[in-house]
Amino acid sequence: MAKSEIKMSGKDVSVSYGEKQALFNVNLDIPAKQVTALIGPSGCGKSTFLRCLNRMNDTIDICRVSGDIRLDDQDIYHRDIDVVELRARVGMVFQKPNPFPKSIFENVSYGPKIHGLVRNKTELEEIVVNSLQRAGLFEEVKDRLHEPGTGLSGGQQQRLCIARAIAVSPEVILMDEPCSALDPIATAIVEELIDELRENYTIVIVTHSMQQAARVSQQTAMFHLGHLVEVDETDTIFTNPSDQKTQDYITGRYG
Amino acid sequence: MSEHTVSAFDEDLNYLVEKVSEMGGNAESMVARSVTALVTADKGLGQSVVADDKILDALQQEVDDHVVLLIAKRQPMAADLREVIGALRMATDIERIGDLGKNVARRAFQIEDNLPPKKLLRGLQHLTNVSLEQLKDALDAYAVKDIVKAREVWDRDDEIDSLYTSLFRELLTYMMEDPRNITYCTHLLFCAKNMERIGDHVTNLAETIHYMVTGSYDIASENVS
Repeated sequence: MAKSEIKMSGKDVSVSYGEKQALFNVNLDIPAKQVTALIGPSGCGKSTFLRCLNRMNDTIDICRVSGDIRLDDQDIYHRDIDVVELRARVGMVFQKPNPFPKSIFENVSYGPKIHGLVRNKTELEEIVVNSLQRAGLFEEVKDRLHEPGTGLSGGQQQRLCIARAIAVSPEVILMDEPCSALDPIATAIVEELIDELRENYTIVIVTHSMQQAARVSQQTAMFHLGHLVEVDETDTIFTNPSDQKTQDYITGRYG
Repeated sequence: MSEHTVSAFDEDLNYLVEKVSEMGGNAESMVARSVTALVTADKGLGQSVVADDKILDALQQEVDDHVVLLIAKRQPMAADLREVIGALRMATDIERIGDLGKNVARRAFQIEDNLPPKKLLRGLQHLTNVSLEQLKDALDAYAVKDIVKAREVWDRDDEIDSLYTSLFRELLTYMMEDPRNITYCTHLLFCAKNMERIGDHVTNLAETIHYMVTGSYDIASENVS
């Protein structure tokens, strides 16, 4: 893994939902233009950490986040930060494909429109086509851009959501188990896509599939009971991890 | 290490260890009998070693098939992955050891009845014993994943190398003393060379055991306590 600059960093990040603490003093750097995989058994805090990176946790009233999370060395929890703008820079793709109940075109054009990224219809069309192309979906949907996004197959819907995320030119894309609802072929297509997206975007992916983490990521972070157990190059984690908990988890002895 | 959530996975891995150990035991016996066959010109014994090589080959095939199936079914990771790949490597080395034994056994067929003086055989028997001891220790180290023992085996290969070198000189001297010794001594020389090569395969076994346990092939820098 080539050394690369740090795109996002978490220092001493702790998160509580009411009385229950979900994350304990996590320190994790996210290298730019690489895929970082977050792994660990259910309830280990990996999704919680992911959601801190674009302040998705803000929507949960009882959630308290402490510590220092930076995007390009800028504190994203600073009061001057516009959360809507932050989420445009740090996009998200969810576990279940969640296209808007609108046309394929509108699904992708919505973001650029509300963020004022386009001046006219031609520019908008360019962005939509370009995003669909990058998401590897354009060829399959070019003749039915105005049909509902919900009419696509699961794998296509997930690529539509990825197209929607990249339409606003984010710098970081967060993916929360993006393939868990997809069949192996659709999964392979999305994994191939993740590999291509890495050229232009920084990606953080939560996955329960060890093989997927091993295939798509360059860095892997292992969480357990709210603690970051180990972070290392993916190649090392899956062949010779240092921590016994990581060893047990990835070999199917725990969790 | 603790057990897998899926217990069949543990059974698969244990089966692999059993098969590789079985191969090791067979190879050990083949080599021991092959040298006896050679130094006593016992053609029947030599024949039995040659026949046993088929069994060893079949076992290796079984290990291969099991590994391929295990990878397909379980997608082993980390220590499990190293264990599986290690078993595959060990099976290859052990199969080669068996081949070297077979090669020695075949020489027994070519020996005519004129056996050489016993003193010619002593050095070879010693070298054989050391090689077999090494193989046995490596297999013991594998059974309990003992990297200290593996390292000791690895260190002792120098001993085999120097035994071989001195045996080479000794046999050369006998050949010069009496040209009638040449045919038989040449067979003994090849046999000695095979024992030395078995030692090299045993070193590979030690390195593989070290890799399985630590994830590194650098057994040389392992601290022996």
